[in-house]
Amino acid sequence: MGKTLFEKVWDAHAVRDLANGQTQLLIATHLIHEVTSPQAFGMLRDLGLKVAHPERTFATVDHIVPTDQRTEPFSDPLADAMIRELRRNCEEFGITYFDIRSGRQGIVHIVGPEQGITQPGTTIACGDSHTSTHGAFGAVAFGIGTTQIRDVLATQTMAMGKLKVRRINVDGRLRPGVYAKDVILHIIRTLGVNGGTGYAYEYGGEVFDRFSMEERMTVCNMSIEGGARAGYVNPDETTYAYLKGRPYSPKGAAWEEAVERWRSFASDADCSYDDVVHFRAEDIPPTVTWGINPGQGISIDERVPSPDTVPAEEREAVEEALAYMKLPAGRPIKGTPIDVAFLGSCTNARLSDFVEVSKYLKGRRVASGIKAIAVPGSMGVDLLCKEMGLDEIFREAGFEWREAGCSMCLAMNPDKLIGDQLCASSSNRNFKGRQGSPTGRTILMSPLMVAAAAVTGEVSDAREIFEVEELVEA
Amino acid sequence: MALEKIKLVQGRAVPVPGDAIDTDRIIPARFMKCVTFDGLGEYLFYDVRKNDDGTDKPHPLNDPRYAGASILISGANFGCGSSREHAPQALYRHGFRAVVAESFAEIFFGNCTTLGIPCLSLKRADLRALTAAVEEDPSLPVTVDVEAAAVRLGDREFAGEIRPSARQALLEGRWDPIGELLEGLPAANASLSRLGYV
Ligand code: SF4
Repeated sequence: MGKTLFEKVWDAHAVRDLANGQTQLLIATHLIHEVTSPQAFGMLRDLGLKVAHPERTFATVDHIVPTDQRTEPFSDPLADAMIRELRRNCEEFGITYFDIRSGRQGIVHIVGPEQGITQPGTTIACGDSHTSTHGAFGAVAFGIGTTQIRDVLATQTMAMGKLKVRRINVDGRLRPGVYAKDVILHIIRTLGVNGGTGYAYEYGGEVFDRFSMEERMTVCNMSIEGGARAGYVNPDETTYAYLKGRPYSPKGAAWEEAVERWRSFASDADCSYDDVVHFRAEDIPPTVTWGINPGQGISIDERVPSPDTVPAEEREAVEEALAYMKLPAGRPIKGTPIDVAFLGSCTNARLSDFVEVSKYLKGRRVASGIKAIAVPGSMGVDLLCKEMGLDEIFREAGFEWREAGCSMCLAMNPDKLIGDQLCASSSNRNFKGRQGSPTGRTILMSPLMVAAAAVTGEVSDAREIFEVEELVEA
Repeated sequence: MALEKIKLVQGRAVPVPGDAIDTDRIIPARFMKCVTFDGLGEYLFYDVRKNDDGTDKPHPLNDPRYAGASILISGANFGCGSSREHAPQALYRHGFRAVVAESFAEIFFGNCTTLGIPCLSLKRADLRALTAAVEEDPSLPVTVDVEAAAVRLGDREFAGEIRPSARQALLEGRWDPIGELLEGLPAANASLSRLGYV
């Protein structure tokens, strides 16, 4: 009987059994950022411990860096202190740090792949739940807490219980105007926000075979929103082509060896899964959220649910979500006025996202009164976009073009919603208050749908606004 | 490292009802601008507890009847969302020593266990009954029994669940794994070189 990628990676990295039945798991690559790591270094100092393998940890700043003015010291003294703390920790312990002067800074889940640090067949940990993103490369990647960051720093291992594996197949062809973001929003809507508890999700099928690495990353990124502890795609030629020539990718003869090794980690054809789920690509619509968790999604053509028509046990949750979102029950989601359009975050701020949107945005204008911001996920993405002149297309359309960071995905930097503003957002979380105002409202959607909302000033079907069908056929 | 063996948590309880209470709600992101966890307790549930001007909103944690409670009761998928350990740290620093809910998000559960905060799951009906009883008389002492995986309130007992590895770690005082992981460091180094990482 064959094995899944998860089992192979697990077995290769299992150091030994712990007394409570968990496994001491070796972490091949550790990524850290400024928000969740300082306390871990504090704990390390309190215990008088060292970083066991500083060469296997990489740091960058993303959550709190301002995306407008970037001269230090930053206007927010707390942010400034946190960034200084990260620099101090990296210097003291000998950790590679991609700071804002390095040209390599950005959201940690965009930087790892871009630098070739994220590699197939490895275990990756980072004090951030969207670490699942790295699974796109056939790595097993876990978001961890601060005490576990301490564990990884001190021992390059952590305590972990083995997961079950659910294979999620998406076969067929996505319809024009339907994107990786819609695929994952649809999966979460169907399987539920705790559907993945106890599982790693293995994504596959024709749609994933055809997907670029960036599309795979978008899906893996939101595995955590479906309750899964990790999500991955088996490595293939697309993976190796992406990694070839990146700064930290193996070079020369080591490259061939590495590819050989990476290939061996893919799930065997005769492996067995704990669960298998099938989706048809044609059934997946452009999907938007209407509520306050990422599972509360509907097709752009649907109506917001009504508490009267849902099963009794869901009624309370629907009422709570509608009250917070200030959406009338049973009304079409299309046409809901927005205040802000945000194109950014580790879900959708990669080159291909900006390329795709710019094709349609060219020559269009953001509706009056709408604040629209485009935030590249890394300095690398920013540079490539600028080389292609994409930033100009966005600016001419009325978007602000910002510098790399998490920006309005969460409220730790100056980019925030005000009052009960409603934001059409390409990010991954629509929790109450997530975007910085305790009453701020978020509707999650694909980047092109964000652009459509920006142009019309309301939640819109991008296929209609940008005549997607015709353009694709032409 | 000798850690406390956590077999029972006894105290008064406070229900904060609702499903899918995420870690952004438990501790809003803006309070994570800190380099230590000290002082996080006062920002627990801040945005649902406080108005913009800092005055109190109606919330169980603002209700004097529940003052000093050390056991938090909530709904399904408690602690979902961000992996921030700031959430369990804020709970701990606010004085909570156990959480009882229908279910827990995985990373949150792990983070709590590592801090020695037992997270016990109860069936929905039992959770409702427990919540109702506590709301009726918040002065009632509640016991979270880690060994029996049960919650007791007066002469009533609700059978619950806790993942066996977490239960064992709490009972044996091994909830912080650092000691054991350090013992395994030589073995880890051997694995690193076998895999060609160093
Ligand atoms: S972009 Fe958002 S989800 Fe991604 S790491 Fe930053 S804050 Fe977290």
